[in-house]
Amino acid sequence: MRSIKKNVRSVQSIELRNVTKRFPGVLANDSVSLSFESARVHTLLGENGAGKSTLMHVMYGMYAPDEGQILVNGAPVNFRSPKDAAEYGIGMVHQHFMLVPSLSVLENIVLNYPSPRWPFLDLAAARERVLAMSNEYGFGIDPDAKVWQLSVGEQQRVEILRILFRDASYIILDEPTAVLTPLEVKEFMGVLRRLVADGHGIVFITHKLNEALEISDKITVLRSGKVVGETAPCDTDKNQLAGLMVGREVVPTWQKRGAAGEKVILSVRNLSARNNKGLKALKDVNFDLKEGEVLAVAGVSGNGQKELAEAIAGLRRVDGGEILLGGTNLAGLDVKHRIDSGLAFIPEERMTMGVVKEFSLIENVILKSHGTPEFASGIFLRAKKIRESAVQAIKDFDVRTPSPDVVAATLSGGNIQKVILARELSSRPKLLIAAQPTRGVDIGASEYIHKRIVQIRNEGVPVLLISEDLDEIISLADRVLVLYEGQVQGIVPPNTPVEEIGLMMTGGSTHYVVDGCEDSETPPTPK
Amino acid sequence: MSEFFQATVILGLLTAGVRLATPFLFAGLGEMLSQRSGVLNLGVEGIMLIGAFVSFYVAFESGNLYLGLLAAVLAGGFMGLLTAFVSVTMKAVQGISGIGIHILGLGLSGLFFRLTMGSISTMRGFPRLAIPILKDIPVLGRVLFNQNWMVYAALLLVPISWAVIYKTTFGLKVRSVGENPHAADSLGISVTRVRYICVIIGSIMASIAGAFLTIGQHEAAFVNNIAAGRGFIAVALVYFAKWNPLGVLAGAFLFSMIDAFQLRIQIIDIGIPYEIPVMLPYIVTIVVLALSTRGRVLGPTALTKPFVRGVHT
Repeated sequence: MRSIKKNVRSVQSIELRNVTKRFPGVLANDSVSLSFESARVHTLLGENGAGKSTLMHVMYGMYAPDEGQILVNGAPVNFRSPKDAAEYGIGMVHQHFMLVPSLSVLENIVLNYPSPRWPFLDLAAARERVLAMSNEYGFGIDPDAKVWQLSVGEQQRVEILRILFRDASYIILDEPTAVLTPLEVKEFMGVLRRLVADGHGIVFITHKLNEALEISDKITVLRSGKVVGETAPCDTDKNQLAGLMVGREVVPTWQKRGAAGEKVILSVRNLSARNNKGLKALKDVNFDLKEGEVLAVAGVSGNGQKELAEAIAGLRRVDGGEILLGGTNLAGLDVKHRIDSGLAFIPEERMTMGVVKEFSLIENVILKSHGTPEFASGIFLRAKKIRESAVQAIKDFDVRTPSPDVVAATLSGGNIQKVILARELSSRPKLLIAAQPTRGVDIGASEYIHKRIVQIRNEGVPVLLISEDLDEIISLADRVLVLYEGQVQGIVPPNTPVEEIGLMMTGGSTHYVVDGCEDSETPPTPK
Repeated sequence: MSEFFQATVILGLLTAGVRLATPFLFAGLGEMLSQRSGVLNLGVEGIMLIGAFVSFYVAFESGNLYLGLLAAVLAGGFMGLLTAFVSVTMKAVQGISGIGIHILGLGLSGLFFRLTMGSISTMRGFPRLAIPILKDIPVLGRVLFNQNWMVYAALLLVPISWAVIYKTTFGLKVRSVGENPHAADSLGISVTRVRYICVIIGSIMASIAGAFLTIGQHEAAFVNNIAAGRGFIAVALVYFAKWNPLGVLAGAFLFSMIDAFQLRIQIIDIGIPYEIPVMLPYIVTIVVLALSTRGRVLGPTALTKPFVRGVHT
């Protein structure tokens, strides 16, 4: 490794002093002081919107701080762009991957890197170096593959390779595990350990307590733009960290009551559908959803979850199969008729599909019911009735808003999700499909959404919950359905070991025996 | 009628086709560069008209064709700066602002023509420059190697564009900015700078395409709206070409051959109204565009989207 590194500017320490960053109406970082050392994993823990990413964007030169200073190896620096930070050996893997999909791995890596054959690219020399690095860290990346062909985990490794290629000694990773499966997370932790062993400093941003406790040398908790705690894994525990993150003790305010019923409400039979590229996304999916049951669908993103939700909701044409809700086959019906049959749907894309973001909260709440006699007489809307009912729903569902007349776009993710819940649940549904209901939502709102989901479950309404958050699945589900490449890989109880579910998500263990954990250590033979 | 298909006629058709491909090549390759960086420059037609007028006027007054061409380059550069300012800095909706640039170019070229010259004048444009040896190759020699230097320059620009886009560090920057400007920005590439450069170069090439319509002709003249939609066809060409220089070459020839064909048909009376062949290039444009959206390859996905740091579209 040393032999192929050139001009390493080795970072021993980075210090942030009283860094303040404001955006219109938001104080993202409020006089934050922190110091980072090399050969350490320093975790920044905090909820969405706590200011972790903003702080790191300041340290990476993407935003200039409004106040405060950055010191590298004790000397003040002034980063005007990420390029300046890169020259100091600081690299960052962003939450949205900063890769160009149509370009090859190599092209992405050498992008804006000085070429020895300027003005021409020198891919041959770069290829050699990238291969050497990829082998050293066991990445197994083909330098000539196009980035769009790679899995999310591989793309992340390309990002890391690109940073190493630039001789970075300090690497910032913004929520790197959010997109990974449990197995990939394990591998990723291995990569982090190897990087630290090589002397690299790591900043690891996460909101997952387990990960923070597992990998960190030091944990800093941020809340509302401020540092609220600094500790090490051996000095703390999950409860304390959660309390610091949220600012109060986190206790579940809901409880599942009673076992799920036996009466089948929704029965999906041999359901097949295609994705937007026209490829088979669902292949003969079969399951039953019973009265008062939360059936959670687990799977790596892109294994048919989105298509399943849309096929049932009526937003995607099915190739074949039946969707029986209380005996009626929904498969051929349009969305209106499905809603009339009692279907409620919380879509994955809340800003584009969940609400009309230019509409007021009142309008959003009655989107589905504006045609009913309660809210319309003939072609005219009954404004007063609508307002009364919507204001009540907004209150009932604890939507934090300055007024019911503001447009949806101005609310936070969590509050928008509550508006959607208000609309979907006030129609007394027979079935709820919730796709990623808490993704990107803060812990408080997330708790509230869980409470509401469990509440209607307790009332006997079945819920199909689609989530990529295994913690959410395990805490809410009565049964867990694992989708892999559009097929049901198995349906297991929620107390199944997470590793086992993770394995199923990647195609292993098709015939996992319910309630028996005999073969949890032996990888199953692929079909 | 039978005469129409004689060898000499076909040879003439091909020769004219190569000549007529020149403005499509200049404007199309320039537009391709602009779009590769993520900016749809819909004002190409207007910029061509300005280039056509300015080059002719300066050449006519000074008697120096090269001075005319230089004037077109400067005017094109200025129009490019304006386009980039509106689309990149002011983040205007590119489809609409492009229409504005087009109307501006149409109006300005017509206005200045009326104010300065007023009536149609003609002069000698760039002469033919037969390339020794190569010109003696049968058929190909006459079709390809007995043209004026601007035609050769346009043809040379095809491999040059290809090399710039796929083989240079600048080309890699352009491709990344046009597809994921956030990625480019995160690596310290100035998205604004790359887009300005591409739009300005593209506009200069559009202006040169316009100059070819006047001083690039044997008998040079300027008339109002001389570009006659060629700028818009050049924009369409880029989509047809799927942002590839070789595709632009193929598209330029497709349209120029149709153009040459309809010009010939107009001259020899074959019993159909001349308006019908005149419509041909435009009809083909629509059909080709309708078909070329199928199986779309990964193009510049940030096309027409202004870049705002931190806002992912």
